[in-house]
Amino acid sequence: MSRIASTLSALESAGRKALIPFITAGDPDLSVTVPLMHALVESGVDIIELGVPFSDPMADGPTIQRSSERALVKKVSLRNVIQVVAEFRKTDARTPVVLMGYANPIEAMGVDAFADAASKAGADGVLVVDYPPEESHDFAAKVRAVGLDVIFLIAPTSTEKRIRAVGEIGSGYIYYVSLKGVTGAGHLDVSEVSRRIPAIREAVGMPVGVGFGIRDGASAKALSAVADGVVIGSRIIEEIENSPADQVIPRVKALVGSIRQAMDSQEVTA
Amino acid sequence: MGKQDLPAEVSASAYNYPDALGHFGPYGGVFVAETLIAALDELREAYDSLKDDPAFRAEYAYELKHYVGRPSPVYHARRLSEHCGGAQIYLKREDLNHTGAHKINNVIGQAMVAKHMGKPRVIAETGAGQHGVATATIAARLGMECVVYMGSEDVKRQAANVYRMKLLGATVVPVECGSKTLKDALNEAMRDWVTNVANTFYIIGTVAGPHPYPMMVRDFQKIIGEECLWQMPEMIQRQPDAVVACVGGGSNAMGIFYPYIPYPNVRLIGVEAGGHGVATGQHSASLTAGRPGVLHGNRTYLLQDENGQIIETHSVSAGLDYPGVGPEHAWLKDTGRAEYVTINDDEALAAFHRMCRTEGIIPALESSHAVAYAMKLAADMPKDAAILVNLSGRGDKDMHTVAEKSGIQF
Repeated sequence: MSRIASTLSALESAGRKALIPFITAGDPDLSVTVPLMHALVESGVDIIELGVPFSDPMADGPTIQRSSERALVKKVSLRNVIQVVAEFRKTDARTPVVLMGYANPIEAMGVDAFADAASKAGADGVLVVDYPPEESHDFAAKVRAVGLDVIFLIAPTSTEKRIRAVGEIGSGYIYYVSLKGVTGAGHLDVSEVSRRIPAIREAVGMPVGVGFGIRDGASAKALSAVADGVVIGSRIIEEIENSPADQVIPRVKALVGSIRQAMDSQEVTA
Repeated sequence: MGKQDLPAEVSASAYNYPDALGHFGPYGGVFVAETLIAALDELREAYDSLKDDPAFRAEYAYELKHYVGRPSPVYHARRLSEHCGGAQIYLKREDLNHTGAHKINNVIGQAMVAKHMGKPRVIAETGAGQHGVATATIAARLGMECVVYMGSEDVKRQAANVYRMKLLGATVVPVECGSKTLKDALNEAMRDWVTNVANTFYIIGTVAGPHPYPMMVRDFQKIIGEECLWQMPEMIQRQPDAVVACVGGGSNAMGIFYPYIPYPNVRLIGVEAGGHGVATGQHSASLTAGRPGVLHGNRTYLLQDENGQIIETHSVSAGLDYPGVGPEHAWLKDTGRAEYVTINDDEALAAFHRMCRTEGIIPALESSHAVAYAMKLAADMPKDAAILVNLSGRGDKDMHTVAEKSGIQF
């Protein structure tokens, strides 16, 4: 069983939900990323989505684009991001790390070289935003062959047929994009999301994480009532963006800790 | 004027691209986030049902004739040909279209598809502003809301076109992300589309983007080459020896090349922007100097660094200043059916001035790249050879740039 599957299955047995933060590697600086990842784990996260910066992040909103731009100013490459995972793994053998980004940096490195390096570094999964299932059969096969999970997005507009197709090619978990739009947008409809999740989980046969538009403990708590995990990205990036360099880690820790607390408190009341 | 039967030289081998998923060999496809898939499916279904519909085709033909002013003439540039001392140069006069370039052919078609899909709002990206102006024009013509995304750097450089779009009733949104140019405007338009897809149609200006855009834009532009197929025999009793067009995203080139693909004796030559010279790294020659990759929804040749980041491009003509290129051009390059060459800023400017002085035609700086290459080519060909150049747009929009390059201030 992959590190992602065993983490999610242990959470399910314990009746807890996964908290999955997204940060961009190299924002604000590569030297901050590994300590930040450890701080996230200390704040109670279960899986880390580590963003690979890209010059043209079409599916992301302005917050994550700025985050990518800050990392690119520092010349952070996909190889650097993979080194970050290796560094993190030296002292954390437990927390799964998912590399999340766009196709072109991976194709520039070469899919085989990428799969090999990511797996050796101790990454657990990969989510390529602009590789829908139709375009990713070769990629998914190569990445799965080295033991990495391939995580796909499902949108509110995805048809039943597509959801089943994603269930067949994907593994680890499904990332349900909870709104029509880009990352960091503000119009999240919790009841609409809650209505759809059970059928999606049924169709894909794996845990469902929900992301896009989750900004605080209250929305995280509401969604974790129905989903297996919640992904929080833009809100954390905003905290990084707005903190002085020496305050990044304590402030992100405080934010994520409060979200964890809100999610867990729900289990008492549920 | 009547359409002639296809002559015997037409190759029997069928060129039938893209495939059902939008692939031109390894290029093209649908490389977008899941959030856009439903919108693209809806568009593909709508376009599939409309493209061969006689009523839709008649409506499109009517607009092209009465609103755009088609067919655009083919013109024998005698003095320019004499100056070059070789082959005869013919110009396909897309500069004479309403709004001054080939862009309108595509925009009318897509706006009609939008109308049939019941979308009251159209959005577009624009670099120099030509596609934005064309979209704003059609939106006014059809009574649709129009929002145009434009990099904030381009908004500053192209103030006259920004004003034109506003006159036509469009909202122009300056984009502050990334390099603040065309590719960032495209990213932002995609974001708008994914958020407002229920009432919004995204009119892409070139033969790039996710399927069905490269195919659909080509289909709306192929009227250029289809007219040439009967205009050239009328003029010289045969097809030309070479067809030359500039390539940024590549829509005017695809439009004139596509109908000529089955004619093996007609060379197809795409001219990319060499900027300050390909060796300097400051250019927009994706096919000449780029590598295949994935950007803006399709796989194609891209200008990128060793880490797969898209790099900033340069050309004196804003319309060629794009780091990618339509996927069908990538395929035509790999298969050898078309050749791709470069012309530098200086050569394009020289051709611009030569065309002004010898023919009384002020060409767009984009089209001047094609003219410049045709002039070189003509010099090495016999006097009875024929080169057909797609004069894709007029140069009125470039007065400011050319004056500045000549050290003149208005």
